[in-house]
Amino acid sequence: MKSVEEIKTAIEAAIPGAGVEFVSNPSPSAQHSLRLAPESAIAVATFLRDDAELAFDFLSNVTGVDWPDKEVAEKVKVTRTVTKSVDGPEGPVEQQVEETVEETHKRVEPGCLEVVYHLYSVAKKHGTLVLRMRTVNRSDQTELPSLTGVWRSAEFQEREVFDLYGVVFSGHPDLRRLLMWDGFKDHPMRKDYVEPDDFEYEPTPHDEVLKRAQERKSEGLGTRD
Amino acid sequence: MSVTDIKTERVAGWNRPPVIEPDGEGELLEVAMGPHHPSTHGVFRMDLALDGERVVRLKPVFGYLHRNHEKLGEGQSYLASMPYTDRLDYICSLTNNWAYALAVEKLVGQEVPERAEYIRVILAELTRVQNHASSIGFLIQEMGASGTPLMYAFKEREKILDLFESLTGSRMMCNYMRFGGCRVDVSAPWLDATRKVVAGLPVFVDEFEALLSSNEILMARCQGVGILRPELAINAGVSGPMLRASGVNYDVRKVDHYGIYDRFQFRVPLGDHGDIYDRYMVRILEMRESIKILEQALKDLPAGPIMDPKAKLRGFRPKPGEAYGRIEAPKGELGFYLISDGGPNPYRYRVRTPSLINLTILEDMCLGHNVADVVLIFGSVDIVLGEVDR
Repeated sequence: MKSVEEIKTAIEAAIPGAGVEFVSNPSPSAQHSLRLAPESAIAVATFLRDDAELAFDFLSNVTGVDWPDKEVAEKVKVTRTVTKSVDGPEGPVEQQVEETVEETHKRVEPGCLEVVYHLYSVAKKHGTLVLRMRTVNRSDQTELPSLTGVWRSAEFQEREVFDLYGVVFSGHPDLRRLLMWDGFKDHPMRKDYVEPDDFEYEPTPHDEVLKRAQERKSEGLGTRD
Repeated sequence: MSVTDIKTERVAGWNRPPVIEPDGEGELLEVAMGPHHPSTHGVFRMDLALDGERVVRLKPVFGYLHRNHEKLGEGQSYLASMPYTDRLDYICSLTNNWAYALAVEKLVGQEVPERAEYIRVILAELTRVQNHASSIGFLIQEMGASGTPLMYAFKEREKILDLFESLTGSRMMCNYMRFGGCRVDVSAPWLDATRKVVAGLPVFVDEFEALLSSNEILMARCQGVGILRPELAINAGVSGPMLRASGVNYDVRKVDHYGIYDRFQFRVPLGDHGDIYDRYMVRILEMRESIKILEQALKDLPAGPIMDPKAKLRGFRPKPGEAYGRIEAPKGELGFYLISDGGPNPYRYRVRTPSLINLTILEDMCLGHNVADVVLIFGSVDIVLGEVDR
């Protein structure tokens, strides 16, 4: 198999302006990955599947990763001009001196949701190629293109990522929650997820019945006594 | 009515399920099959729309057994997830252990001693035999042969589970593999008992096959039903015996050579038509190949340590990075994806389960068939709900 850098070059040759970025993996597994730009993701995915030499026809795994907003404290060296009294030949003299001071700056790195794809080739029997895509942020711009049209195996797994992480896959044929029930509000796999007080609560038709009965009772209807 | 009789079929894309239009006579009947239905192997629901007896729409509904296994994995140390992996596919806990251990070993670059590799192969192949035997037993039971073939399979499975129990202390929740080896060594009496069981397995498979393979009812119900095209199977990420029954030569044991599988002589059985009968046949043949691997592994088992002496047991903190490890579990490709941020717990712990992804094409296989065939097609996928919902 070609190395990940070579695959990146092949993609860039085939799709100009694909915006593919190499992400290195420092672990001993050395499974490096490519970060795709959401705009060109479907074109790149189709190229990877249909190219005769690469032939990544088997999408094994699709999963989400949550990267919350991170507060980073970094030390910055700042050069300032300070007035200091320096001993001269005729007693202390005021002088302008340049001084380097370390300052700690705090900044918030915006978080994002990431979707990771693991590709293999059944035809050429090689792999793994890892693809990743990032959303703009974690709150309102969580849209990514769906790769279900390219690889059908993404269908349920993208539904799962939507369910547990809240990534909205545009172009997915049937984007519903997979594991949680339809009335569920939050996304449980996010790092800042807070568990509800009543775990067992689940809206059922029975709740409606009870509510209606309550209303009827308050109106003085339907009581037997 | 077979699939070929459908005239009003619109193709919605080559890898999408066909759209079948009802014939216009009468109303569609909506049936919720499950969650408590004997054929669903647990709690699983299929929402069917029926035109007479014919299925025109099928939507699987998941989540009845969801306990967010992945979130649990993020909240505890690497080793503490090992017993939880037993609960994914509770029929084959040892292969789950192996897949997880393999992923962690990739993440930290851990070596495994030779004897431990052999023990892993022996246990994984025993697991494969008992899984295939019982899954065929369940399939035949759903065909209406209530109990008898299943009990033939369970008789053999019982012997294998007894071996697991005497080695690991538990019949199903084995919790046996560790990062860099195995938990306890096999003893000489255990090996003798295993050799005896393995020597009896070909007799069992012969008997099973003599009773079933040319059975008229089995052939009539299975041949030409639930056909899966190879190109769709690859595109939909189907793996394991399902994929090979469609004629695709892809076995992770042969492709990745994980562990020591390159040392054994075995063949990869392939199907021709991709129907239920081929899936049944591939499983039978895989049992025979597993017996071959078992015989070789039991003959060559070397002496030595079962745990890498350099393996770090306490304060296990992998360096930042990620790894995806996969094995050929009895049901298909089982993968674990781990991201470490340098802490004692995984930052991300993901399980790629074959059962869930093999169900992606359930609708494609069932459309146009009768309800009674849906039960068989579903049974031939061979799923465990603990693994589907996680």
